[in-house]
Amino acid sequence: MAAMGALLKFGALLLAAVAACVAWEDGDVWDYDGHKLKDSDFLALWPLPQKVQSSAVSFQLSASRFQFTHAEGSSAGSDCSILQNAFRRYFDYIFGFTKKDRDQRRRNAAGSEVLELQVAITSPDAECDGFPSLTSDESYELSVDQPSAVLKAPKVWGALRGLETFSQLVYEDAYDVIAMTNVLNFSVFPDFPRFAHRGVLLDSSRHYLPLKVILANLEAMAMNKYNVFHWHISDDQSFPYVSRMFPDLSQKGSYHPYTHVYTPADVKMVIEFARMRGIRVIAEFDTPGHTQSWGFGQKDLLTPCYTGSSPSGTYGPVNPILNTTYDFMAGFFKEISTVFPDAYVHLGGDEVDFSCWKSNPDIQKFMDQQGFGKDYSKLESFYIQRLLDIVSSTDKGYMVWQEVFDNGVKLKMDTLIHVWKGNEAQYQAEMARVTGAGYRTLLSTPWYLNRISYGQDWRDAYKADPCNFTGTDAQKKLVIGGEACLWGEYVDASNLTPRLWPRASAVAERLWSDQGVRDISDAYVRLVQHRCRMVERGIPAEPLFTGYCRHEYSGV
Amino acid sequence: MAAMGALLKFGALLLAAVAACVAWEDGDVWDYDGHKLKDSDFLALWPLPQKVQSSAVSFQLSASRFQFTHAEGSSAGSDCSILQNAFRRYFDYIFGFTKKDRDQRRRNAAGSEVLELQVAITSPDAECDGFPSLTSDESYELSVDQPSAVLKAPKVWGALRGLETFSQLVYEDAYGARNINKTGVSDFPRFAHRGVLLDSSRHYLPLKVILANLEAMAMNKYNVFHWHISDDQSFPYVSRMFPDLSQKGSYHPYTHVYTPADVKMVIEFARMRGIRVIAEFDTPGHTQSWGFGQKDLLTPCYTGSSPSGTYGPVNPILNTTYDFMAGFFKEISTVFPDAYVHLGGDEVDFSCWKSNPDIQKFMDQQGFGKDYSKLESFYIQRLLDIVSSTDKGYMVWQEVFDNGVKLKMDTLIHVWKGNEAQYQAEMARVTGAGYRTLLSTPWYLNRISYGQDWRDAYKADPCNFTGTDAQKKLVIGGEACLWGEYVDASNLTPRLWPRASAVAERLWSDQGVRDISDAYVRLVQHRCRMVERGIPAEPLFTGYCRHEYSGV
Repeated sequence: MAAMGALLKFGALLLAAVAACVAWEDGDVWDYDGHKLKDSDFLALWPLPQKVQSSAVSFQLSASRFQFTHAEGSSAGSDCSILQNAFRRYFDYIFGFTKKDRDQRRRNAAGSEVLELQVAITSPDAECDGFPSLTSDESYELSVDQPSAVLKAPKVWGALRGLETFSQLVYEDAYDVIAMTNVLNFSVFPDFPRFAHRGVLLDSSRHYLPLKVILANLEAMAMNKYNVFHWHISDDQSFPYVSRMFPDLSQKGSYHPYTHVYTPADVKMVIEFARMRGIRVIAEFDTPGHTQSWGFGQKDLLTPCYTGSSPSGTYGPVNPILNTTYDFMAGFFKEISTVFPDAYVHLGGDEVDFSCWKSNPDIQKFMDQQGFGKDYSKLESFYIQRLLDIVSSTDKGYMVWQEVFDNGVKLKMDTLIHVWKGNEAQYQAEMARVTGAGYRTLLSTPWYLNRISYGQDWRDAYKADPCNFTGTDAQKKLVIGGEACLWGEYVDASNLTPRLWPRASAVAERLWSDQGVRDISDAYVRLVQHRCRMVERGIPAEPLFTGYCRHEYSGV
Repeated sequence: MAAMGALLKFGALLLAAVAACVAWEDGDVWDYDGHKLKDSDFLALWPLPQKVQSSAVSFQLSASRFQFTHAEGSSAGSDCSILQNAFRRYFDYIFGFTKKDRDQRRRNAAGSEVLELQVAITSPDAECDGFPSLTSDESYELSVDQPSAVLKAPKVWGALRGLETFSQLVYEDAYGARNINKTGVSDFPRFAHRGVLLDSSRHYLPLKVILANLEAMAMNKYNVFHWHISDDQSFPYVSRMFPDLSQKGSYHPYTHVYTPADVKMVIEFARMRGIRVIAEFDTPGHTQSWGFGQKDLLTPCYTGSSPSGTYGPVNPILNTTYDFMAGFFKEISTVFPDAYVHLGGDEVDFSCWKSNPDIQKFMDQQGFGKDYSKLESFYIQRLLDIVSSTDKGYMVWQEVFDNGVKLKMDTLIHVWKGNEAQYQAEMARVTGAGYRTLLSTPWYLNRISYGQDWRDAYKADPCNFTGTDAQKKLVIGGEACLWGEYVDASNLTPRLWPRASAVAERLWSDQGVRDISDAYVRLVQHRCRMVERGIPAEPLFTGYCRHEYSGV
């Protein structure tokens, strides 16, 4: 790895960050003689940047001398807590195993040492106190030279990505144990994401996820340049979100009202921890199905199911025929719109079971009055449309699962349609239909990482591409990204993190790197090293195959 | 759980502990009126004991007053470190979340409190300083009453199992106080060999991980740690006699090895929990990592008439090979106290042997023709003679039997191949030939799939094959195997538990304990108990534990 020639990578420099599906012909890597080189020559960078230039010249870093600094003219300074926090974090990652500062004696007389990384935020508003969004600029440029390396980014969001890349360039040389030195190769990138929406879904309803687990996974997400935490916070099994306005929802609908809930302070902490890492928190409150747990704390919210002519004592989806339902939803989503700062809220809308609605005579009567006949998807649409109006009135945009589109609900054109169903042919057809209708979309079907099998299933996740469907360039531009989903039926604090990582890393590279980055044997080599890097940083990412990490996971 | 009627379980009391396959008709549970009750009424005991009598009468336990004591007349006293260590361990498990001793105010005036568990070792030799073995007596009787509960066992090994059961009987009431019901338990294992295989070659397993899993094994009444310590990928065992084996054959010679002190610690930690450590040094295949530190041990492979630079299985035609093996296994026989060593013998690839002209010449000389399994048998027979001379018994994978190698009658044949019909036929063949056997095929827990695959593991039974009672008596148990290709410290423990718990109940409890919906209810609680004790056992399905895992 140390002895590599001067290289040049021609990347997808000119693409707009959001419109990432328009084909770029050449994502390959070439050296100056025109020989094709492996991406893995690039020091196990993950996800692979859009463009890398690297040389064999290497520098040292010393824990006692190295500093992160704000460049002159940067619009961010030491009052920018996002950067200050990131400096501390990346200092720890880089020098974590060299705290003893025994590196003095290996100091290179020739001065080939990187003494600082100057961080320059180049646009007038660094967005230090802002929240990341779908349109945040995450691009950055990094040039490593001695005595100073320079990281330039229009906004702090790009600086965060650049700091991660910088930390991934540092490697331990063969003498690390004795010398405790770190060496950095000379490198330059203009880097930016292929897709603007790169998410991980965690499900805190099927199992409660302690705060510690959520925060650890936000850390792992930052290491993989993810920028969306899709928080599937409620479902049939439990309602752990503590609502200020409707406290009975969690008091009666959580697994335990004190130990298995997210208080307003918890939610704030998650949002702020994520913001520090350039990660948006999009809450999903899935209705009208997947709501059994809501019923305990909110009288009359769910539809009473009937056996014959009498109520059976069980409940179905949200009751769409009562005004009280919409009063409740208006109040609830008003609260949600203030608690979660992101411009989008995920409204669910998947898998609505009609059998309970069908059994209920009041619902039947309503269907007749409305002229819906026997088409219960019309009733679902009726509910969803009223819900969308409510949410629109809070100035939020919304994401919905694909059924809402499939059922023909009238949607605002800025709605994001989340594709999750079917096999490869089916989800590709769906992507074509959704974009054909002019909606923006994101993909999750091939990335249901809760589904496990024996062996290296990360390879299938890596091969899938959200742009692999038949459509025009205009359609492809409507693809905003995708999400790795870890549904919670079989995971909790005991096994979530190793099940998610590094399998979600495969998805992360698909969503960040150039479309041409597809060489799976090269990806394997880099991912093995990236996985060990996560392990060294305290994330129990599971192994891809046989082998070892220099520093194994130290937990159990 | 608190309000249960007086129950009585008729269990398989009269079975000899080792001969566990002879059918017992009735493993069901009845109350005094003849109503069948669910096993799950028994407070989530796992694995389910052979016989339990329980009543609705409940007693309290107080962290500040409760004691473990040695009963008068017990052959073990406070110099018995196995018991003293176990007392500390189970005190922590029972009172772990009530350390603040706020239980004074809930003291029941009626004196319905269990103040002590008296432990009586009833045979003259408690075996406090011994090692567990294939024939160790693990039976025990437990009677919970106030003010004293009594645990009687012939040996410390049974006392350890009884302490685990006692700790599982304790439950937290709605106020966080510790309670236990008036209960009688009479218990012993169905099978004598109940093992877990961990593979420290495909990935190095830090000591901490091995020790944590030994703790989990004890919670599930496992009694064998099958340590698959070396394989093609790495040789982490530090040999005093041949230090180059790990120096050159491990992933890293300092950070990814097991020193003699490490091995001793594993053995002692296991002994404290009544767990045997059976080391496996698999030969002649699965030995690529041995070749780096031991010149000429492996067969040079040829391409045409010249060596290709790659190596195959152990070279069976050189005297130096056998000299090495004699020295190596002499060391192993002293390092590992168990009476058995596992010699592997599986999956020998003949292509390298076939390519080598010296091997071909040797085959001719010996009259083996083109039958390389004869060459394999030649090697294995010499190896078995070497190991026999160290006074150890041996376990081998089934191929050694399949290939017709001459084996001592006390050899244990480890069945691991095939589908259900195939492994059942193999069990019949092995026992038909008079050998003792143990089963692993349905318990390759490294193989994962989406959903509740513990159910398949639970349903399998080592005695489900066509054979006589005499044959069934030769089944000594089984092992859950977690091969290491895809697991290391990061994910091993949640992948193994509670899936291995399913196997544990199959190997401990009566053959009639097969109700899977009852097992589900108990296993959910047992899994939460492991989580509370610090083991990141994964969930079976949706739900929650009172105290969730506090790691990441």
